[in-house]
Amino acid sequence: MKMRPESETDLAEAIATANGPIRVQGGGTRGVTLDGDVLETGGLSGITLYEPGSLTLVAQAGTPLAEIEAALDAEGQRLAFEPMDHRGLMGTSGAPTIGGVVAANVSGPRRVSVGACRDFMLGVRYVDGTSTIVKNGGRVMKNVTGYDLVKLMSGSWGTLGVLTEVSLKVLPKPETAASVLIDGLSDADAVSAMAKALGSPFEVSGAAHIPVGLDGHPVTILRIEGFAGSVAYRADQIAALFGGLAVRVERDADAVAKGWRWVRDVEAFHGRPGDVWRISCTPSEAAALATNVGAEALLYDWGGGLIWARVTEGTDVRTRLGLFDGHATLVRGTGQAKFQPEPGPIAALSRGLRQKFDPKGILNTGLMG
Amino acid sequence: MQMPTPDANVLSRKTQIVARLQEVLPGDAVISDEMETRAYECDALTAYKCAPLAVVLPSSTEEVSAVLKVCHDMGVPVVPRGSGTSLAGGALPTADCVLLGVARMNDVLETDYDNRFIRVQTGRTNLSVTGAVEADGFFYAPDPSSQLACAIAGNIAMNSGGAHCLKYGVTTNNLMGVTMVQMDGTVMEIGGKHLDAGGYDLLGLICGSEGQLGVVTEATLRILPKPEGARPVLMGFDSNEVAGACVADIIKAGVLPVAIEFMDRPCIEATEAFAKAGYPMCEALLIVEVEGSPAEIDEQLALILEIARRHNPVELREAKDADEAGRIWLGRKSAFGAMGQINDYMCLDGTIPVSELPCVLRRIGEMSKEYGLDVANVFHAGDGNMHPLILFDANKEGDLELCEAFGADILRLCVEVGGCLTGEHGVGIEKRDLMVDQFAPADLEAQMAVKDVFDPAWLLNPAKVFPLAASESRRSVALAAE
Repeated sequence: MKMRPESETDLAEAIATANGPIRVQGGGTRGVTLDGDVLETGGLSGITLYEPGSLTLVAQAGTPLAEIEAALDAEGQRLAFEPMDHRGLMGTSGAPTIGGVVAANVSGPRRVSVGACRDFMLGVRYVDGTSTIVKNGGRVMKNVTGYDLVKLMSGSWGTLGVLTEVSLKVLPKPETAASVLIDGLSDADAVSAMAKALGSPFEVSGAAHIPVGLDGHPVTILRIEGFAGSVAYRADQIAALFGGLAVRVERDADAVAKGWRWVRDVEAFHGRPGDVWRISCTPSEAAALATNVGAEALLYDWGGGLIWARVTEGTDVRTRLGLFDGHATLVRGTGQAKFQPEPGPIAALSRGLRQKFDPKGILNTGLMG
Repeated sequence: MQMPTPDANVLSRKTQIVARLQEVLPGDAVISDEMETRAYECDALTAYKCAPLAVVLPSSTEEVSAVLKVCHDMGVPVVPRGSGTSLAGGALPTADCVLLGVARMNDVLETDYDNRFIRVQTGRTNLSVTGAVEADGFFYAPDPSSQLACAIAGNIAMNSGGAHCLKYGVTTNNLMGVTMVQMDGTVMEIGGKHLDAGGYDLLGLICGSEGQLGVVTEATLRILPKPEGARPVLMGFDSNEVAGACVADIIKAGVLPVAIEFMDRPCIEATEAFAKAGYPMCEALLIVEVEGSPAEIDEQLALILEIARRHNPVELREAKDADEAGRIWLGRKSAFGAMGQINDYMCLDGTIPVSELPCVLRRIGEMSKEYGLDVANVFHAGDGNMHPLILFDANKEGDLELCEAFGADILRLCVEVGGCLTGEHGVGIEKRDLMVDQFAPADLEAQMAVKDVFDPAWLLNPAKVFPLAASESRRSVALAAE
C-alpha cells in the first residue's frame, strides 16, 4: 500500500491509522529498502518562505531538492553543505527531496569546512510515531530555546518522526572557485598534504584524494572559493605550500565544479559492482584504516576524514576495521547492518529515544535505534 | 520568579549526604559549611540567590561519576556549574541540591593540528582554549562576551555563541565529541575525533541542554587556522531602518563578514560617555568586520563600502591600522560595562528574523515609553540576535518586577515576529515561564521526553528550562520514588 498525504494533518492521520510498519519515502533515491506500507512525503511540497537577506529558507519536506536549488540559484545563494546526489551510486531514479537530505544528514565535500546538513538546520516540524505534530527550532540563525531536537531529527532517517517542514540557513554562492591539484601522492602523503592545506589560513573548502584517478594515477584536489582576486591569491599561496611536488592549478570555474561533483557523488564507483561503504574517521588514521579494508577502490574526502570504499560483495568491513575512532556505514549492499553498532550506554539512549518518539516501532522499522 | 519548595526529605539528610560525598571525594572537594556554600548562591543573574545544600569540586571524570552515583542513589538533585557566568540562572542552586562545579578540571588533554582539534577538560575557560593553540596559528571560534571567565562546560550546556558566529557558527557547530556522565554515574564517549554521528545526533542534543541530560567533563573541540588578518569598518546611519536595509544588502551581495554588530542611539550615547571611542552621534551604527589577507580585505571592504554609500551614511570609517581597528571595537566591547556604570540593567537575548529589525526596534521604543524604562539596543545584526538592555533601578521598589515584565513583552514580540526567546544565553530560570509563548504543549512534551530518557528521575538541574507547571508531574514522581 502507498500513502501520499497532502497536508501535515493528513500525514498525522495516516500514522494514527497505520496498522503496521511504515516506510517513509521522499524521492526514494537513497536506497533504503524496508518492509512496510510506503508513506510518500511528495504531497507536502513547496517553498514556504525564502528571505535571501536573512539567509533563510523554509520548505515543506517533500519539496524536490532541484526546486530549492533553482530558487537559491536565482538569488546567487546555495545549500553550502553540498548534499550529494545518490542516484548514480545507488542506481536509483526519482527526485531527491529536501526532507530526505535532512533525514539522512546528507553532506558533501564542503562539510569539512562549513559543516554538515545538521549544522545548517534551523527548524523542523514533524509527526512522531504517536501521530503527534511537533515543532522545534524556528527560522532564525541563533536559537537556544529549549532542547535542540532539530539536530536529533537531522540524520535520524525518519525513525523518530516524519519531517513535514524544514528550515535552513543558506549561504551566498561564491563569485568563483579554483582547484589546486597535486599529482602522484601516496594515500598517507596525500592525507598529510590535505592536513597542511586545511591547517593554513587560506580557507580550503574541499580536500579529496583519488588513489586511482581518471588517468590511472593518484591525484589530490584542494578547492578554494570566493571573490576572484581572493581565489587567485589563495590558489597561489596553497600551491606554494607544496613546492617540489607536481602541482597544477585549475582556474576554470566550470571544470572545478564538474570535478567536485564527481567527488561529491562518488562517480568513480558508478556502475561498478560490489558493496559501497562510507567510513568516518580521524583523518590521520585514514590511510592505515583503508589498507585494512582491502578495498577494490577508494576515495578520500574531508581531508581523509571520510573514506569511500568499494569492496567485494559481502565483505565484513567492520571486522577488518576493528576498533577505531569513528564509524562505518554500509551505503550500498545488504549483507551487513547499515549503521555501526553503538557501545552499550549509547545504544541504550538511542533505544530509549526511539521508544519515546515511536513507541509502536512503526517508523522505518529496522533502521537505527 | 518561583523555584520549587526544597525537598524536606533531602534537607533533613544533609549530614548523611555530605558524609557519603566525603567518602568518594578528597576532603577539600566537599563544601558544606553555610558560610562557604554561599559563595555559590548565584550566577551572573544576581537578582536570584539561594545557597546549595553542599558544593562538590571534583577533579576527574571518575570523581564526577562517583558524586553523581551517590546523589542518584540518595535522590538528591544536582545543579552543574561551569564558571557561573550564566545570565539566565542556569547555575542557580536550590536549597536541596548538590552544586557540582567543574572548575578544578581545566587541563588541556590533547592538541592535534593535523586533525584540527583540541581535547580539554570542561572547566577550562573559553579564552584559554584559544590561548593554548594561538601560538601555533589556531583558534577556537565561539567567543561569548564572557570568554575570559566562562567555562567550556557552560558553553556546551548553553550552546554559546558570540560576535563571530555569522561565519563560524556557535558551540554546537564546533563541538566534535564529549565525555559525559549520566545522572546514574554511567560514563560515555559521544562523538570523537571524527565528523558526524554514527547513529542519532546525541552530541547535538546534549549541546544546549542546560546541564539537564548529563555532566560533560571532557570535550573535543574543532580548532581553526587563524585568518591572516581582520579589519572592521564603522558606519553611521540616520535611522534604524536604513541600517537594517544596509545589513540585508551586504548579505545579499554575497559578502559574508565575520561580524556585523549594531548599536542604536541610546547605546551609542552611553558607550561614548564611558569609553570615548569617538563614535558619531547618530541613530544607528554598524561595525562590520571582514577577514583575509590585506588584498582580500580591501576587495571585500570595497564592496561593503559601496553598498553602504548607497544608503547615505552619516559616517563611514575604515580602520587604517590595528590601533584604529581597536578603537572601532572599543565602544562595542565596553557597551555592557558602560550600561552598568549608569544603571542597573537587564540584558535580553531574543532572536528575530533580520528582516523584522526595523519593526521590532520601533515597537521596543513604543513599549519603552509605556513602561517608563529606557532601553539601549546592541546586537549581532547578521544573525538577528538582539541584546536589548533595559535600564532600571534595583533600589527602587517594584522596578525589577516592572523591568522583568517589560523584558517578557519584548521576548514575546520576538516570538510573534518569527523569532525566539533566547539566541545564546539559554532559558535557565529567566525565560522558563515564557516557554509556553514559543512552544505548544506537545513541543515541550517532546523535549521533556528526552530528559526522561537521559535522567528518568529528573534530578539534574530539574527546575530549569521547562515551566514548573509543565514539569511538575515528572519532578514529583521523582520525589515520591525516594
